[in-house]
Amino acid sequence: MNLSNYLVLSVLLFSIGATTVLVRRNAIIVFMGVELMLNAANLAFVTFARMHGDLTGQVVAFFVMVVAAAEVVVGLAIIVAIYRTRRSASVDDVNLLKS
Amino acid sequence: MTTMLHAGSVLAGIAEAGRTTTGEEVLFWILAPVMVLAALGLIFARRTVYAALSVILVMVSLAVLYVAQEAPFLGIVQVIVYTGAVMMLFLFVLMLVGVDVADTFADTLGAHRWVAALFGIGLGAVLISVVLRAADIAPQGLTAANEGGNPSGVARIIFGDYVITLQVVGILLITAAVGAIVLTHKERLVAKVGQRERADARIAAGEVLTPLPAPGVYARSNAMDVPALGPDGRPLEHSVSRVLRIRGQQRSVAEVHAHLDPGTGTGSTPPERTITGEEQVR
Amino acid sequence: MTNALGGLAAVLPTAVDPAMAVTSAGGAIDVAWLLVALPALGAAVLLLAGRRSDRWGHLLGVAMPVASFVVAAAIWVQMLGLSGAERVAELDLGTWLSAGTFTVDLGVRVDPLSMTFVLLVTFVGSLIHVYSIAYMEHDPNRRRFFAYLNLFVAAMLLLVLADSYVLLFVGWEGVGLASYLLIGFWEHERPNAVAAKKAFVTNRVGDLGLLTAIMAMGLLFGTTDIGLVNRGAESAGEGWATVLGLLLLLAACGKSAQFPLQAWLGDAMAGPTPVSALIHAATMVTAGVYLVVRSGGIYDAAPTALLVVSIVGAITLLYGAIVGCAKDDIKKTLAASTMSQIGYMMLAAGLGPIGYAFAIFHLLTHGFFKAGLFLGAGSVMHGMNDQVDMRRFGGLATSMKVTWVTMALGWLAIIGVPPFSGFWSKDKIVESAYAVADGQGWQPWVLGTVALVGVGITAFYMSRLFFMTFHGTRRWDDGHGVPGDAGETADVQHPHESPALMTWPMILLAVGSAVLGGALAVGGAFTTWLEPVTGHAEHHEPVLPVPVIMTATFVLLLAGAFLAWRQYAAAPVAVVPPRGSLLTRAARRDLFQDTVNEALLMRPGQYLTRSLVFGDRTVVDGAVTGVAAGTAGSGELLRRLQTGFVRSYALQMVVGIVALVAVVLAVRI
Repeated sequence: MNLSNYLVLSVLLFSIGATTVLVRRNAIIVFMGVELMLNAANLAFVTFARMHGDLTGQVVAFFVMVVAAAEVVVGLAIIVAIYRTRRSASVDDVNLLKS
Repeated sequence: MTTMLHAGSVLAGIAEAGRTTTGEEVLFWILAPVMVLAALGLIFARRTVYAALSVILVMVSLAVLYVAQEAPFLGIVQVIVYTGAVMMLFLFVLMLVGVDVADTFADTLGAHRWVAALFGIGLGAVLISVVLRAADIAPQGLTAANEGGNPSGVARIIFGDYVITLQVVGILLITAAVGAIVLTHKERLVAKVGQRERADARIAAGEVLTPLPAPGVYARSNAMDVPALGPDGRPLEHSVSRVLRIRGQQRSVAEVHAHLDPGTGTGSTPPERTITGEEQVR
Repeated sequence: MTNALGGLAAVLPTAVDPAMAVTSAGGAIDVAWLLVALPALGAAVLLLAGRRSDRWGHLLGVAMPVASFVVAAAIWVQMLGLSGAERVAELDLGTWLSAGTFTVDLGVRVDPLSMTFVLLVTFVGSLIHVYSIAYMEHDPNRRRFFAYLNLFVAAMLLLVLADSYVLLFVGWEGVGLASYLLIGFWEHERPNAVAAKKAFVTNRVGDLGLLTAIMAMGLLFGTTDIGLVNRGAESAGEGWATVLGLLLLLAACGKSAQFPLQAWLGDAMAGPTPVSALIHAATMVTAGVYLVVRSGGIYDAAPTALLVVSIVGAITLLYGAIVGCAKDDIKKTLAASTMSQIGYMMLAAGLGPIGYAFAIFHLLTHGFFKAGLFLGAGSVMHGMNDQVDMRRFGGLATSMKVTWVTMALGWLAIIGVPPFSGFWSKDKIVESAYAVADGQGWQPWVLGTVALVGVGITAFYMSRLFFMTFHGTRRWDDGHGVPGDAGETADVQHPHESPALMTWPMILLAVGSAVLGGALAVGGAFTTWLEPVTGHAEHHEPVLPVPVIMTATFVLLLAGAFLAWRQYAAAPVAVVPPRGSLLTRAARRDLFQDTVNEALLMRPGQYLTRSLVFGDRTVVDGAVTGVAAGTAGSGELLRRLQTGFVRSYALQMVVGIVALVAVVLAVRI
């Protein structure tokens, strides 16, 4: 089997994650879409590491995970903070950028 | 059964020199469709919890793929960090925000959804062509790199070339934790009210300090709706539950008295004087 | 003539051979960077700590240059133990700038020339710092003053220690900045601020020369390392060397207040007196001479540029001397004398390798007696309620004994009375001016005579200053009116000696003025010391016999001093300046330098600016407003894209990414 199959799978997951961010309005689901995109990137990293015979790719994936964890903590805190004031978790309700 | 065996052999001794074994191939072709379907669930699931569960499925499958790809350390970390910590955090927040917040699919932004879907597919298409174009490398495999065990190999790089990055990421994590605390922190606008303050306030307001008197007790009827009688023989209106009073389900002493059968003296001793609730204070 | 210069130039490369130039000497030389770092640290601490350090700021400010001096002395002692060629050390502190093949290293160059400067700057600078403690005692911003002084010293040390022209430029600009801050230290008074601005702008003109020269060096040699550039200057051809030499001369003129960029120096007296002492003796105006001598390799390859250097020096020499004769302001007289003395140094530097050592020698002795004179002037002002008009002094010798004696030593030194310092250095310059080249042509006669006449005029105006201040009749009001002045009355003065913190630096400098020149001149000690840098110069016979020159010098000196004595000590001095001759009146106005600058540069510049403003309003602004209107219109259209929904922004991003990747793919196919 060609290793590029893994890459194709990674791309598919990434695109699905991106589409999720675009079409869903629930902030938590949008956020999960972002996580999916990060995971897809990680899969690509791991595959590349195997292709090049270099563990650095895995290390980078590891760092991505750590950063993603930090991001989740802050992101969810923001969602909770917004939910507290607006009683809504929909990204469309946060549209102060307009006007 | 054979598939299981194959999967087992895959996890046990994975391909050398980057070439995939048949076992790995089978594993991939089983997991990949499952993962894509689960990921699609993220787009189409109506309930948030289902979406979260399908993401968990994708992540666990990814962990298996990592192990298959000669990255057992990452596979374990994936399970622990993502499915164990991150997704659980997601579920917690879901519970906090409200599980039953269902997403309506009617989009407020007109054709936005269709354009988004179109470009999502377009993104996949262009990226796949990029990948197919770029990934034409003969895989080298990690057998040499993993010689001393994959975790120690990864550790050597993390604590060697990337030790500064590691420190910075550590700082980032602490900052994130502090940030989350700050974000979810509620500012206390008034002084904290404790037991002592409550007691003081009650005394200052001149309220009744003792428990309210229990409602009247006539064993032969529902006593909760009848006021108790004070030492002076007058009914104590506030002894009846506030709810009953508001609902108008309260009965006066006289009303109850009228229903009592004066002849039968069983149970409690009927009062010798007539109790109507309107006696003079003695 | 060309032959002779070529021969001299051939000496130079052997003196600074690359193999010998870089020595890892070890010992104190290895910490030469401390020289710059200490005062820089002092400046940083004082500026950053702000008012919190008001109480102890001046002590730190003094400690830093003193510490620098200690380090310098240690290095010097170590260097004395080495042989001539080993005294040149380059300390590499790493790469500073790296742009492709062009790199600039951060390095310190320790050799006899730079160490001479370092010792002068740190020693005289430290004394001036000590003096300033008392002088600025009542100034609320004394701490800031010390911060700037430290910055000044640090910048000057960086300038002289730099091993590349780029790093030198940093120090050069640092000196300019510090002088700007210090000249305008009392900036709440408009003339001071204007003077600071004038110094700054004039210096920028010179900086343009240095900057252009550095760029040209990068182009020609691919490096700005001082050693490499000077060794390779000959390979660039005489044309380029001349261009470089003239550009560097422009820079030197700006910093050293040489003709035609001399206008700022007189106005720079607006700063507190210790600043003037620092600028004139140690840190600023000497930088130009340093630059010329340091770039000896370039000038050796460009005889024309060298000639221009000496001509500029000669013009400035006379210019400063003439202006000095007419000024009544004690500080401005001293400023004019600095200009003139620096002219001497430039003249000597323009004589080629034979003159380099004498230029630096005169610079060194001048540093001592000029600092002493300025501090003395500050002391006089301190005792006279900041009066600067010499016509309001007179007979102060009895009231301020220490100041009188120290200034007397400085005065004898500057006019060149043997055996004081100035005699040894100035006499050599006059002698070498007559000895230029092979003794052919007009150069030795003209340059030598100018230097000779300069000695006479210097004797006159410095004696004038001295006698007007300390001798003759009292022209200030001691509470019983001014004798011989029926008209206006000045403020009542109570002249008194300055505190010990001010007198001790003056005494030390006076001792230096008296003996330093002789001590260093014995057996050509100083010339030998500088030889690793300037190269060994063969001695040329002057066109006039040496005894004749010396006699002429001495006669002119005595004549000048006597004239001054007769006019300003023996005869009464008018309190109100007399109308004077045409030359006097011109000299009082600095020989119309400001008028010329205004007519030639300022007014055309203003007209140019005005026409540019007009063009800007109609053409440029028109185009700009048109564009603005167009932008606003298209913005109105684009506004509809801004829905305020995060998702639509994300969609726009995805659309962009897809388009981008698609384009890249299409191009690669």
